[in-house]
This record gives sequence, C-alpha cells and structure tokens, in this order.
Amino acid sequence: MPGNGDDQRVHRLSRRAFIKGAGAAAAAARLIGAAVPLPAVEVADNSSPNPDGAIAERLGPGAVTIELKVNGAARKITVEPRVTVLEVLRDHLGLYGTKLVCDRGACGACTIHLDGHPVVACMMLAVDARGHEIVTIEGLGTPDRMHPVQAAFVQADALQCGFCTPGMVMSIAALLEDNPSPNIDEIKRAVAGNICRCGTYPHVFNAALAAAKSRGAKPKGGNA
Amino acid sequence: MARTVTVRLGFTGDTSDVKLVIPDEEPTPWQWGDKFSVVGRATPRVDGPLKATGSARYTYDIDLPAMLYGAILRSPYPHARVRAVDLSRARALPGVRAAIERGEPIVRFAGQEVAAVAAVSPAIANDAVALIKVDYEPLPFVTSMEEAQKPSAPRVFSDRSNVAAPSVTETGNVASALAQAAATHEAIYTTAVQTHVSLETHGAVARWEGDELTVWCSTQGIFTVRDDLAVLFNLPPDKVRVITAYLGGGFGSKFGAGPEVVIAAQLARAAGAPVKLMLPRSAEHLATGNRPSSLQHVKLGADRDGKLVAIELVEQGSGGIGGGAGSAGPFRTLYRCANVRTEERDIYVNAGPSSPMRAPGWPQGCFALELAMDELARKLKLDRLEFRRRNNGNPVRAREFDVGAKAFNWEEKSRAPRTAGTRRRGIGVAAAAWHAIGSAGPQAQAIAFRDGRVAIRIGTQDIGTGTRNILAMVAAEELGLSPSRVAAEIGDTRYLFSVPSGGSSTAPSNTPAVRQAAAHLREKLFLIAAPMLGAEPGDLEARDGMIRVRFEPARAASFVDVCRRIPADSLAAQGEHVPNYAGFRHDQAGCQFVEVEVDVETGIVAVLNVTAVHDAGRIVDPLTARSQVNGGVLMGIGYALFEERRLDPAIGVMVNPTMDDYKLAGPLDTPEINALFIEVANGVTNTGVLGLGEVVHVATAAAIACAVYDAIGAPVRSLPMTPDKVLAAIGRA
Repeated sequence: MPGNGDDQRVHRLSRRAFIKGAGAAAAAARLIGAAVPLPAVEVADNSSPNPDGAIAERLGPGAVTIELKVNGAARKITVEPRVTVLEVLRDHLGLYGTKLVCDRGACGACTIHLDGHPVVACMMLAVDARGHEIVTIEGLGTPDRMHPVQAAFVQADALQCGFCTPGMVMSIAALLEDNPSPNIDEIKRAVAGNICRCGTYPHVFNAALAAAKSRGAKPKGGNA
Repeated sequence: MARTVTVRLGFTGDTSDVKLVIPDEEPTPWQWGDKFSVVGRATPRVDGPLKATGSARYTYDIDLPAMLYGAILRSPYPHARVRAVDLSRARALPGVRAAIERGEPIVRFAGQEVAAVAAVSPAIANDAVALIKVDYEPLPFVTSMEEAQKPSAPRVFSDRSNVAAPSVTETGNVASALAQAAATHEAIYTTAVQTHVSLETHGAVARWEGDELTVWCSTQGIFTVRDDLAVLFNLPPDKVRVITAYLGGGFGSKFGAGPEVVIAAQLARAAGAPVKLMLPRSAEHLATGNRPSSLQHVKLGADRDGKLVAIELVEQGSGGIGGGAGSAGPFRTLYRCANVRTEERDIYVNAGPSSPMRAPGWPQGCFALELAMDELARKLKLDRLEFRRRNNGNPVRAREFDVGAKAFNWEEKSRAPRTAGTRRRGIGVAAAAWHAIGSAGPQAQAIAFRDGRVAIRIGTQDIGTGTRNILAMVAAEELGLSPSRVAAEIGDTRYLFSVPSGGSSTAPSNTPAVRQAAAHLREKLFLIAAPMLGAEPGDLEARDGMIRVRFEPARAASFVDVCRRIPADSLAAQGEHVPNYAGFRHDQAGCQFVEVEVDVETGIVAVLNVTAVHDAGRIVDPLTARSQVNGGVLMGIGYALFEERRLDPAIGVMVNPTMDDYKLAGPLDTPEINALFIEVANGVTNTGVLGLGEVVHVATAAAIACAVYDAIGAPVRSLPMTPDKVLAAIGRA
C-alpha cells in the first residue's frame, strides 16, 4: 500500500449497502473475488457453477460457518452473510472496543486493521474478511500494557467521552507503521475520516507526534 | 453552627479580603494565593487507559445473558392520525419476543415513535419492524417558521396557536434611546437547527427482576432517569437503579428517560428478558433533540463616544414541536447598556423536538449580537475590540480582552495585508459568558480501606469532561495523596445523590461535596494517627502520602500505615455541597479571537487560528480544561460553517439524517487553538471550581462570523456560513 495513511483507504470498501440491497446470495456470487483476492475456502453445499462454468461461491441466505483471524487467534462463527465485520466483533466475539457510530463509513469509529491497513468494519461483510488478519483496539494493547499510541493518547488527553477514541487510535497506529515520523498534515490526513463530536482533534495531533517520537527511540516493533 | 472566615478572593490585579459565613462542617474555601500539590497541575485522566484501549464499557457495550434487541418503528409522516397498528405479522416472525404500540393517536413529526419490537438479534428486530402495518391518515403539516405563522397554516397542536406567547423584557426606553442615538444599526440574523450528534446514540439496556428495574442508560442524569422511570412504572425510586459507567457524549440531549428508554423497559417487561435498545444514527438526528433555529431582528444604537445606548432583539425560533428557542441571554448580559428590550417567541412546526444544547440560546444570540456590534463599529469607525472594551462591564473580561489581544496579536493582525491571490484573511473577536456556579444537593462519600486504598463515591456521571479525574484530584489534594491512589466511583444511583451533568454544573456542583467528604475522612484518620504520633489530631497534616505533625515532618506515619489501624474494613465519611456563598462573582466571562481565510472564488471559509481566553474559577486540571476549550471551539466551527438540519418542505422529512450529509467539523477543519485561562478565586463554594462546557462554545461561531465580515467586507448574517451565502455576500460587498 503506497502513501502514508491516505484516508481513501478508510472509504475504499463500500460495497455493503449494495450487497444488502441486492440479496446476499446473488450479490456475493457476483462480487466476491472481484475486489479482494480471497483464499480457497471450503463451504459445503454453497458452491454452484456460474455461467462460465467455474465454481463460484454461494453463501446464504441462511447462516454460514466461517473462520476469521482476529487479534492473532482463529475464531469460528456462524453468521448470516449480511452480517458485517463490526457486528461479528461486537455481537459474536465480545470485542466491544470497536464502536458503531454512523453505520456507513462516514465517521471512522469502527476503524480496525485488516492486514495492517485501516478499514472501517461497518462497511465490510464478515464473509469478505476470511483469510485476512484482523486487529482490533483490543489487539493493540491493554490498560496495563498500552501500545505507545494508546499511552500517548492518555498523556496528551486525546480523548474526552472516548467513543471515537478506539478508531482514532487505530488510524494513528496504522499511520505510524507506514510512516514513523509523520508531519502534522500527514497526521491530519490519517485521521481525516475519524469524527470526534467532543472536538478533541488538537490533542490527537499532539498524541500522534508524541507517539512517533517515543517509537523513534525504541527498536522497530517494540511495544511500550 | 456557623463560623466566619476571611478569605482573599479575586483575580490578578484585583483581589480583596472577603468575610464569608460558612457552616462548621465546611473546610475553609480555597482562596487567592493558596498553594496546591495536586490541583492546578496537568494530570492525564485516571480513566484514560480504559478509553484508549477500548476497555471502557458504555451502555452500548452492555451485554447480558439472554438479552434481546429492541427496534422502533417511526412515523414516515410529519403529521398523521394513527388509525390502527397491526403487530401480528411482526409477532409471528421467528425470533421476535415482544411487540408494543406507542399508543399516541397523533404523530407530529417524521420520526416520532409509533411501535417497537424486541427480538433475539438486531437484524431480526429490524426485519420485524418492517412487518408492522400502520394505518395512517396523513394530516396537513408545516415545517417552516414563516409558513407556520400564516393564519391558514395547519396547526401543529390542535389546542393552541403555532405562535407561542412572547417572553418580553425591557429596561429603560429603547425606542427613545434609538431615536437619539448618534449611530444605529438594524438587521436580521438567522441560524439553522443544529443536532447534537452524540457519537453514542440514545438508548438503554433494561432488565426487570421481579418489580425491580435496572437500566443501563446513555444519560447525563442518572437520577433524573431513575425518577422518570419510577413515575412512569409506578415504582418507588429505590426499586429503579440506573447505571451510566461511561457516556459517549450528550451535549444536553440526554437528561431524562426519553421514549427509547421507556420503550426498552416496556419491551423488557413484555418479553420477560433484558432488552437493549440503542438508536440508529438517523433516529438520533430526527427525534432526540436539537438546538432550535432563530430569526433575530436586532437594533443597536450608540452615542458619539461609542457607548451603547440601545439594544433591541425581536426573536423567533423553532424547536419543532418543542420550545425554548429564546436567544436573548447575550443581549441582556454581554454589554453594559441602560436601554435593553428583548422579545422571544417560540414557533411550532412539524419537526423533532428541541432539547437543551450546549449553552441553550447563547451561540445563536451571541452570533447575532456580536456581528451586529461589528457592523455598528464600522459605522462608528471604531476598532471592534476598542468598541467592545468601551461597553464591557465585567472586570474579568476586561483582563481577558487584554490577555487575548496580546496573545493573538490583534493590533498587528489588524494592520497586516489581507489579500493573497483569491484568498482574503480576516480577524474577529467575540465575548462569551455563562452563569453556572453549581447547585447544592450533591452528597459524596469518601472511604479509606485498610489496605490504603481510597474511594470517592458520588452519583454523578462523566459526560466526557473528565469527572472522575477532577474528583480524584480534589480528594487527593485534601488527603495528601496522588490522584492515582483515589478511585472515583460514579455513574450509579446506588451512590449518594448528585445533579445532572448539564449547564456546566458538574464540576462546580460535585467538587465541593467531594472536598468536604475528603476533609471529614482526613479528620477521622487524624484521630487514628494522633496516638500513633503522640500528637493532638489538630496538629496533624496530610501531605505526600504521609500523615505528620505540622512543622515537625519527621514525626510522621504513612497514609497506608494509618489505614492499617482502621478498626473494621473501612472508614467512611460524608460531605455535601452546602448552599453557595456570596463570594466574589457569580458569573464567568470569556472571549475568543479568530482568524479566518476566505477563498473568494469558492466561498469556502477556513478557520486558521483561535485564541480562547476563559475563566472557570479555579482550574483543577489544565489538561482536561484545554480539551474542553478544543471541544467548544470545534463544535462552534461546525455551527458556524457546516451544520444544518435540512427538512424537505414538500414531504416534511429531514433529508440529511446521517454523518456524511450532516457535516461536523473534522480533523482537516481544525485550527490552531490557543487556550488561556484567567484564574479567579471566587469563593462561591469551598473549591470555587466552575464548569467550562458552555462558555467555551458561546463565542466561537460569532467570532468566526465577525472574522468573515472583516475578510470580505460584507456580513454573512446567516448560519451556517456555507459557500453559497459567502459568495452572495461577496457579491454585495
């Protein structure tokens, strides 16, 4: 992924509304594989020949069992194909840190990392996340062992009500992986899609600058 | 019993000794010149790690065994008679556990609650809502203030006019003062409806156990919700428990048990299982409150010396089917003037009800008054800051004008070139005020445990301002501990009573109760420590984690060692917020300086930097105080430039109930913000702490409007100042 936390990335996966409207089985058969290359997945009785004679996957409308890799662990869940990654994280896996706010990719509160890149979990179907590495805010650090970005958010008071905070942290953490010493404009662009009604942005910028500085003093990949 | 104390009150350059009569149980109020070890130091909030790691559990994160999910069917019509509601198909859907009617025969706005279901998953609940059949008889409706006032307009309420009786105040004689003024200005200013857009939507999780109701609620007022539910379900208040551990924003919209909270409890009772009901984003815009619109007819008059001689406001505003649209506060308060007349009038239209929103009425009124002040200053050929200084009656704000002008470089910027290509710069200044000094009522417990832990318990809530932090800091100051050793436990009606978090009242209302409780706990610990140290309790002090003999620091025991001697498990003390004292001042002032850049080809306004100068009595934590300033300014930028609830007049529905079509200020809209505080020892309570939530928001949109006027030479008299309005104003310049 080129660039440095380009916010287009956050809005890239936007097929969900269409899929919801088109009917999961037909749309999934048509779309899966078109945008995100997926590994072969065995799903019994869910395959049928498409007009070209190749095997396309058909999922749903009933629940299907899928496996997702979340915070380093393989998790098996049974969900309807219309269910989003966000819903799986919260309602099936008990990972409540990722927040639903706008439900249409406009606010960034549900930002997670998919293969290291920030994506909004409300705009991605769970079935499309198979074969990808998902990291959530819980996978980044814990209150006792915070990631440097999380620690910097606390120090700078880059949080008020705290509801946008997990998404903000994920966006900044992804930025710093791509670009260890961003300038203020790069930081602003990295969180351009993260909305905070408490208006805490100036302290988010401070936290990002401080986190970049503290990471610079440590070996790459080292946690706090 | 009471005693008289003499305390030094005031602010830099203006302090005096004031006698206060205070109850015996009260610690002496903090005064000018007091030295602190915790209070006043930037302290990262104690619950920051929970928030930064996603571990803080909000209402929206509550998950109970066998919990169902609720969903609400809302009226698609702005005005209709509900003839029949058929729930049978919804009830028949597998997974549905309860379905109820709201029971209102008439709906008066598009988005009003009509029926609701509870089901085993959110998706099934939404499917079931779509299966409810409602027989509506659409009725004539009206969505614009102008239309609503015509005699032929449909009535929003059948039993009353769409135009409420006006609220009028007058001092002096405005008409004759205007007739004699050396310079006058008259214009109409309008503001749009703004919605709160709390990131956590309204909602609750309700659980019945027999006749006891527990509600996890996204609310600013746990005791208000408790009392509302107790009345509605005919329960004694102690059978209702309300819990709000963390709250994802409120801004005034989350005070009582709204329809969604009541519905959650009704569904839970009908289903015999806990129900979680959190609103979708669209409903949050439609039905949970808003800042009313305004249309403000302003007249100002001044004499040759630039002194205001007349201020008149004739205002109408609409909070949809709600009221409270008045904007006169700033007209009556901000500037000294002998002749002031205000007239406020609510207009009802078929739209969602208003609710309090961050300094209700003040951002509207401040915008109209301050832009009008600039327009009059131009006629008087006076510097706009000088014009304000001449009419300012508040000594704290006078200092704030001086401090702000210097930090902002007002004079230098006034002389600087304005134009670079298609961009023009402008500067503006506006005054702010607020008046919350806290209310009596809150009671706090301070508890020391045998292992040395300390807890503060009080039934307040953290709306996001850092309530736990300032309460822990105040208790820590009193007990000689570091704040990290004090657990502030809040957000549960099982704790002692506190007031709702609104109107900037959380800090001023709760800190005095907590300080008194901590002081009482310290006295009790001194009774244990005195024999350990061979001293009198009155000779002891608590500092640096030690309890020691005053002036003999070597004779000391650690706080933990003293706690070990607590006879039982713990030692508790109580404190309360006693009625406020006369003190120094009962208001707070503020002012904000803004620099903008306007692209005259596109009409786009960018806010470049803001200098915000505020007083909030004693600042407990400058770090979280700065966060509040950032928040007030950012919300003000949204109000000034972007935010507007748009109704389609043909069908009476909101066309932008999302977060992409309803635009908030984002990171790329964020200016440099320089927050400066003027410390005031006001002596109105034992802490003298005031809130910041409102006052930091009052002046921002006004100052931006003044700066835009300065940049383009023509006033944009309508918020939000969208590019079309800016370009039209440039065309008139």
